[in-house]
Amino acid sequence: MSTQVTEQTETETEEQTEEQSPGERRREKKEQLQREREQEKSDLLDEAEETVELKIFRYDPEVPEKEEPRFDSFEVPFFEGMTVLDALIYARDTYDSSLTFRHSCRQAVCGSDALFINGKQRLGCKTQMVDLEWPIRIEPLPHQEVVKDLVVDMEHFYEQMHAVEPYFDPDELPDGEREEQRQTPENREKVKLSTRCIWCGACMSSCNVAAGDNQYLGPAAINKAYRFAMDEREGTDRKEDRLRIIEQEHGVWRCQTQFSCTEVCPKDIPLTEHIQELKREAVKSNLKFW
Amino acid sequence: MSSSYDRGTVESFGRWQEFSAGMWAWVLHKFTGWILIGYLFTHIAVLSTATQSPEMYTDTLQGLEELVIVRFLEIGLLAVAVFHILNGVRLLMVDLGIGLGSQDKSFYASLVLTAVIALASIPTFLGGVF
Repeated sequence: MSTQVTEQTETETEEQTEEQSPGERRREKKEQLQREREQEKSDLLDEAEETVELKIFRYDPEVPEKEEPRFDSFEVPFFEGMTVLDALIYARDTYDSSLTFRHSCRQAVCGSDALFINGKQRLGCKTQMVDLEWPIRIEPLPHQEVVKDLVVDMEHFYEQMHAVEPYFDPDELPDGEREEQRQTPENREKVKLSTRCIWCGACMSSCNVAAGDNQYLGPAAINKAYRFAMDEREGTDRKEDRLRIIEQEHGVWRCQTQFSCTEVCPKDIPLTEHIQELKREAVKSNLKFW
Repeated sequence: MSSSYDRGTVESFGRWQEFSAGMWAWVLHKFTGWILIGYLFTHIAVLSTATQSPEMYTDTLQGLEELVIVRFLEIGLLAVAVFHILNGVRLLMVDLGIGLGSQDKSFYASLVLTAVIALASIPTFLGGVF
């Protein structure tokens, strides 16, 4: 993969510069290495049997040339097993170091690189290039404000996530100081899928209702609420409190079951199912005929 | 980070080609719902001619049924009503948490059923017009 090759050359550079002590010779050597690296990169481009065209959204309010949003095209060598994130990293390292996007773990755990790829919210690191139609169009997540290039402002998303009090908070603690709070395997199974959330914001971005109603909690936050409301260890009082939060005007009842969130969730969380279940729970706790 | 570029809400409808099954079901359900509400008013208007006289009611209905466009509109109305009913059942299942995994298939099924019923109604609605 392209990224590994660059890492190798970087370590080589360090070793070489350590050997050369006088400044001039070191700079000369460095320039030569730089040329070699560039040569290597173009070799990489020639070596690859196929190349992919990336069309990447560019915008930067602080640079006059980029104030007007536009799409830039980059040609990237294709290798087997290449993900969209690999291609983005190649484009940034090779062509334009100012190309900005979030990424961290590269294995669909950190939730940093949710992007709008070919018209759908996907994780860059989890999306294989072969699964997409070429050329590939990469944009920042819709319905969120763009800060720069592919980076969007996640502040509102995090606010909604915190609004549902996403932490374990049982009614009573066990007697023993170090006693574990055990959960039944059945209950664990029930909340299992909802615990997978990586806070990437893909669902919120895909949701039409959230786009029109800024106060709507959104699929991710409601899923978070589900995770704790359905946890039997918390007790009935806490569950009532949680249901009171999610059943408010901009809570679960805003969901109109378009299934957009379920469709795009990179962790395959059945978000609509969880929202619907919370709706039923909210009705049940309000009626209480039994 | 003083300012940021807001792409607005226009994109939501601009991207209709990328809508998935659940989204189309929602759009069509809204659309057919509004048509049915609109039809409700014309329906009441036609029926209320009976308050004038039985003859007027008969004349109005016969006059309308003579128009070819009305016959075609009736097929359209049936299709709209059938889809709204079938998708309503689908939404009921979704609300009850039944078969959410195959919600897209049930949407396609309701589309196909609507088409079949609308096609089957053509002889009845267009009979004697041409």
